[in-house]
Amino acid sequence: MANVINDIEAAQKADVPEFRGGDSLRVHVKVVEGGKERIQIFEGVALARRGEGIRDTVVVRKVSNGVGVERTFLVHSPRIDRIDMTRRGAVRRAKLYYLRTRVGKAARIKELRR
Amino acid sequence: MSVQAILGKKVGMTQIFDEGGRVVPVTVIAVEPSVVTQVKSLETDGYSAAQIGYEDVKDSRLTRPEQGHLAKAGVRPKRFLREVAIQDGETVTVGQELRADIFAAGEKVQITGTSKGKGFAGVMKRHGFHGAEMTHGSMIHRKPMSAGATDAARVFKGTKRPGRMGNERVTQQGLKVVQVDLDRNLLLVRGAIPGANGGLVLISKAHH
Repeated sequence: MANVINDIEAAQKADVPEFRGGDSLRVHVKVVEGGKERIQIFEGVALARRGEGIRDTVVVRKVSNGVGVERTFLVHSPRIDRIDMTRRGAVRRAKLYYLRTRVGKAARIKELRR
Repeated sequence: MSVQAILGKKVGMTQIFDEGGRVVPVTVIAVEPSVVTQVKSLETDGYSAAQIGYEDVKDSRLTRPEQGHLAKAGVRPKRFLREVAIQDGETVTVGQELRADIFAAGEKVQITGTSKGKGFAGVMKRHGFHGAEMTHGSMIHRKPMSAGATDAARVFKGTKRPGRMGNERVTQQGLKVVQVDLDRNLLLVRGAIPGANGGLVLISKAHH
């Protein structure tokens, strides 16, 4: 019977590209402003990916006007129009929380090439 | 109107997105059609109720008296038989199928099941006592402390003590139906319901 739950969850999954911590993402978020809906793009580095299946979330960090901004997105949420992976990062761990304490050049991530 | 109750099995919990994109925690209940197996009336039984059966089984799973009882009703062998009260204005006939379509999304229901057994539990878990200090030299941590006055020279009945917890009939009221899936015979209810996954539950309309 547990496969019924898998079916319910699979039916709700959005089509998202494969990505992991360290990758650069463009998240197209649907925002409602004054009764109208438009799409806002949040662009940054994925710090961590958490959860499984439909509960999958991703923490995206960017530095905006010198201030670090982090947002957690439900990867399969219908409030997200689309997620683009713009760059693969060459990183050696899954959670990149150490980036929070780094600024400028030290916060760079090498691009993964193969 | 048929009887507003149906038997089901708890499948487990998951989450779905509502139309606003918000996450709703839901419990999935498998509700294969229940069948009315007997109608008890005031004249013959002294009270009025409908007996409903759930989940098909092989003949050999039932005792001969059970087989005979269901054969009389013309119903295939069922694993579970439960009684539900007949409310005013409800009509029941033997052999009638009860499907999940008696409920609609947005409606409030109440769900009765058997809670998970916790075994022999202490007073902190069983009755929510605060307990004592864990540190600072305290040598008493989770004990129930005083069991009553010294003058009575006995412990009063009903005093909260450690003991068996759970594995009892629990009814959760005010649960909201999120989705009714007649094709797959599923009922999605917001929030948690009593019992372990795979447990039998009775879903009925909220009476008030």
